[in-house]
Amino acid sequence: MTNRIDTLFARLAADKRKALMPFLTAGDPDLGATVQALNEFTTRGAHIIEVGIPYSDPIADGPVIAASYHRALEHGIKVAQIFQTVRTLRAERSGAVDQTPIVAMVSYAIIHRHGVESFLEEAATAGFDGLIVPDLPLEEATRVLEVASARNLKLIQLITPATPRERASRIAASTTGFIYYVSVVGITGERTGVPSELADSVAWLRTQTSLPICVGFGVSTPQQAQALAPICDGIIIGSAIVRRMAEAINRPRNEVVHEIGDFLAEIARVLEPAQSEHAPPPR
Amino acid sequence: MASILKDDRSVASESAPDTSRPQGPDSLGRFGQFGGRYVPETLIDALNRLELAYEEVKEDREFQTRLAGYLKNYVGRPSPLFHAERLTRHAGGADIYLKREDLNHTGAHKINNAIGQVMLAQRMGKTRVIAETGAGQHGVATATACALFGIECTVYMGEEDIRRQKLNVFNMRTLGASVVPVSAGSKTLRDATNEAMRDWMGSSRTTHYTIGSVVGPHPFPMIVRDFQSVIGRETRVQSREIFGRLPDTVTACVGGGSNAAGMFAPFVADHEVELVGVEAGGRGPCAGEHASSLTQGQPGVLHGSMSYVLQDDDGQTLPVHSISAGLDYPGVGPEHSYWKETGRARYESITDVEALEAYNLTARLEGILPALESSHALAQAQKEARRLGKGKILVVCLSGRGDKDAYEVARLRGEPL
Repeated sequence: MTNRIDTLFARLAADKRKALMPFLTAGDPDLGATVQALNEFTTRGAHIIEVGIPYSDPIADGPVIAASYHRALEHGIKVAQIFQTVRTLRAERSGAVDQTPIVAMVSYAIIHRHGVESFLEEAATAGFDGLIVPDLPLEEATRVLEVASARNLKLIQLITPATPRERASRIAASTTGFIYYVSVVGITGERTGVPSELADSVAWLRTQTSLPICVGFGVSTPQQAQALAPICDGIIIGSAIVRRMAEAINRPRNEVVHEIGDFLAEIARVLEPAQSEHAPPPR
Repeated sequence: MASILKDDRSVASESAPDTSRPQGPDSLGRFGQFGGRYVPETLIDALNRLELAYEEVKEDREFQTRLAGYLKNYVGRPSPLFHAERLTRHAGGADIYLKREDLNHTGAHKINNAIGQVMLAQRMGKTRVIAETGAGQHGVATATACALFGIECTVYMGEEDIRRQKLNVFNMRTLGASVVPVSAGSKTLRDATNEAMRDWMGSSRTTHYTIGSVVGPHPFPMIVRDFQSVIGRETRVQSREIFGRLPDTVTACVGGGSNAAGMFAPFVADHEVELVGVEAGGRGPCAGEHASSLTQGQPGVLHGSMSYVLQDDDGQTLPVHSISAGLDYPGVGPEHSYWKETGRARYESITDVEALEAYNLTARLEGILPALESSHALAQAQKEARRLGKGKILVVCLSGRGDKDAYEVARLRGEPL
């Protein structure tokens, strides 16, 4: 069975390009805005979109994303509505979105309540291509892995600088789709600068797996993205987008979504191979 | 009075940890299907290191002797087991004995765990301790232990709880802790817990997270239970000394469930002893009106472990209510879920009104102002004593004193304070 994530990374690898992976919180401020943003992202250079499913008690996310989850929940967002939104988008088969992999970032609290089989079945039929379950470490992931594999959903697992190497190898071995490498120990959020030990860790990880390695947690500027690009296969941008999206409550939504599009386009530009080869080396 | 201890040295020595009676969890931190670790990868290494360090101190005589010394000379243990004769007469059934955790330094059982964990933090070379707190009792206990051992302390507390518990906030700051207000979500204990976990994810190299109840990812439920088990171990010894056998029934209130776990765990193998946990029934059984995770909830994931939780059908945590801030929590320790499922313990629910009645009754009949949390156990004890009948013996864990609740009770009575 083909999966959009595999197809994408094969294509990007052939072109020597890097994946740009923006994150947004479903239903922040409402699902209309989410649809608008999904369309905008795909036309402004996003390769994969990570859709955060709001959860009342996120411990894996930083304050910016946690606040967006609470905003969405205050407006009564339900998992079924998020699935419906993605199902509709997929059914429209509208240009870019149609081929763009969509990955759900979802707490295991929600998956467990819906039932592993039922949640994964619904996610797959709605048109999700993979799952990131940030509070489901390797030891607890067996069942989800089995069901995900049967439903052709990728289970993208996280490796952090605090993960011992022996453990990192085991996580890499059971991950599907791509590896989500957390660049800074800690919770999601924007940080300045690129940690120096990152390149070594990712280089070592390459000796353990043939999966694409994407780096996230704390990437907020085109400069950071450009610096990270040479060592990884993709860049995940979360808080920097969600923080901008939060303004959609007080300002015209089209304007806010378009500005995020501009921000993504700027990052997409520095990630292009011709550009990054000629760019000054990162300091 | 039979309840005055003859010789507290025997209690101290016989109530030392008994490693010949091993208890769960298994190697994955599970009690049956409950427990485990549902936390980000970022925390796994820190949890593994904590587990190893804890296994070490568990077997370390010097550490345990030092801990016992602090519990005796600083906390004031053993806490008495007191025969509540007038409460017994009032209930008209089994003899009621009170395990007086309210007499501990800082006024509640929380200090047993705080001292143990801060000592563990120091032993691990951590220079900073963080904690979450609801009513502020665990926050005060942790701030106290940190002052005692000279360790930097940060306490996360919901803005709503800060407003309700000004005295504890003032005391924590006086003890040298910094209290960080949490404005996210419901601005209460669960949000403070989220924030403390977030802090720990970025700081675990230098910082220990002193969790306040038998909740959270493995090994926390085990560590907190073990440090609190001094309550049950003393009770067993004192029971034999005072009435020559083990009690028929033991009861304790359950929010996260630390005083109950500490009281129950040493009795788990004594099948003749009935264990009764008491949850907050709040204003009634409708969602949002109570905090009865075990009697009204179902298995789910919250704050890093699988246990009974109060969730909506989408998996979102439900709002909770209790007159007592310490029971106002939408989850419960995984071992309680296991004891419920295996039938080893029974869990009941007591409403705000019943708890308040027990608070007043205990004040008038025994000259003891119990915490509103403990008042739930005292209310259930009245029912249990009547059910058991004369000649039987019931022990209630009086987990804390009620000074902190004076403002709330006065407000409910409409009396200015």
